[in-house]
Amino acid sequence: MAYSDKVVDHYNNPRNVGTLDKASQEVGTGLVGAPECGDVMRLQIKVNPETQVIEEAKFKTFGCGSAIASSSLATEWIKGRTVEDALAIKNTDIVKELSLPPVKIHCSVLAEDAIRAAIGDWKKKNGVPEGEHATVPAAQ
Amino acid sequence: MSTVSSQVEVPAGVTLPIYMDNHATSPLDPRVLEAMMPFFTSKFGNAASRNHSFGWEAEQAVEIAREQIAKLIGATPKEIIFTSGATESNNLAIKGIAEMYRERGNHIITQVTEHKAVLDTCKRLEKYGYRVTYLPVKADGLIDLEDLKRAIDDKTILVTIMAANNEIGVLQPIREIGKICHEKGIIFHTDAVQIIGKVPFNVIEDNVDVASISAHKVYGPKGVGALYVRRRNPRVQIAAQIDGGGHERGMRSGTLNVPGIVGLGKACEIAREDMATEAAYLTKLRDRLKDKLESELDYIHINGSWEHRLPGNLNMSFVYVEGESLLMGINDVAVSSGSACTSATLEPSYVLKALGLGDDVAHSSIRFGLGRFNTEAEVDYVAAKVIDIVKHLRELSPLYEMVKDGIDLTKIEWQAH
Repeated sequence: MAYSDKVVDHYNNPRNVGTLDKASQEVGTGLVGAPECGDVMRLQIKVNPETQVIEEAKFKTFGCGSAIASSSLATEWIKGRTVEDALAIKNTDIVKELSLPPVKIHCSVLAEDAIRAAIGDWKKKNGVPEGEHATVPAAQ
Repeated sequence: MSTVSSQVEVPAGVTLPIYMDNHATSPLDPRVLEAMMPFFTSKFGNAASRNHSFGWEAEQAVEIAREQIAKLIGATPKEIIFTSGATESNNLAIKGIAEMYRERGNHIITQVTEHKAVLDTCKRLEKYGYRVTYLPVKADGLIDLEDLKRAIDDKTILVTIMAANNEIGVLQPIREIGKICHEKGIIFHTDAVQIIGKVPFNVIEDNVDVASISAHKVYGPKGVGALYVRRRNPRVQIAAQIDGGGHERGMRSGTLNVPGIVGLGKACEIAREDMATEAAYLTKLRDRLKDKLESELDYIHINGSWEHRLPGNLNMSFVYVEGESLLMGINDVAVSSGSACTSATLEPSYVLKALGLGDDVAHSSIRFGLGRFNTEAEVDYVAAKVIDIVKHLRELSPLYEMVKDGIDLTKIEWQAH
């Protein structure tokens, strides 16, 4: 399969690979996918409790080149955004940015799910009800 | 930041990209091309033209090819029918026997790891009132002969089991299968595509009645194949699937592909002469590749029986790394993956799943198909590159990290999607 240059770049130079302390109050962890399906993404965020801005994002992905690229791009996009703003990222944005072929749209959906799962985990830990909006202006 | 791009040095004498996908197809041997060339231009006659020297010349070349093929498999020239390739050979054999022996019965036995040219042909016959038993395979990829015996009933007319598997290179016990069939008066067809010219295959000793052959898997040209059809003990009859001029003893009409047939014949002649030394060479290369990978990487395993296997085949799973991303990292090496991240269904290889492998392991598999033109230096480069990329991708793999941390992956509630 011929990939776009952006997928190849993220595959060759994945951004923000790593692991954050899962136990930390400030860290949210999202683990999505399944080994049987050929892809598992783990996306982690570290949120500033004052500003609700995502200051750090890390990922690890088992999957094809598109899955690696989608999760790498997701970490780049959410860094510096507030949690609520990060929720606005849609899988279609990822598809567009990476020029993913139709058969790989699945990978972008997984990346969107990973963002939501990480934020959901952080909200749960910090007692923030789902759907509540940030009290500070979006950082854009 | 981790970087996947590899800095493995290319050894002297190695040109990229490296071809290691010889189960898919093999390069044409220059000696084969040389034999074929005149039959495109000056010796262009139709082998069915009986009235002039052009036709006689073509016919003679076809008969030489028939002999060369027959000699490789222990048959007689009259038992060789030319086709467009193994897919057609498999279709002709299975449909042709099913049609011809319909009054005797409607039951066919095959196995789950057959090539699609056999499985889909059998599925079609099911629509026309045939019953098909798809035998399972054991964890090593071999069928259980007791399963075969149990599956046979008084309506069984055909058993079709491949000699060597195209993904895992596993050799089925065809001699024993043929013996069981002959005792019951059942015709035994084998898809012999992968075994031809690789390890000894003899239709008499191996009790084979009908065998499919393809030229391009044995360093011959694409678009030409053959079907061996036994003429005595038992005499096998096959109903033609293409109607026309009655070529090839009425079993396969159509003007013969003379240059292709000459190429198939030459390829078989070379294979017969070189088989012993070549098999030893490929075994050495394959073992070298395996040993290097095993010495540097953990959580890898070989798929399919190691003992009953083609010399050039190594099918390996690199657990916690997905096959397609591994291929992407070694994009200057042509191999195949049992992962199906490129397909719409996202279903991994049905052959690997039939061995009882979990989908996760099947998604992590790579098939190396070594061939006549591969070198030791190429093997060394491929091994180094695979080791390098697997290590990088495992740094990226949450599964590998979890396993290293002592987490049992089977205890996790994955959200399949």
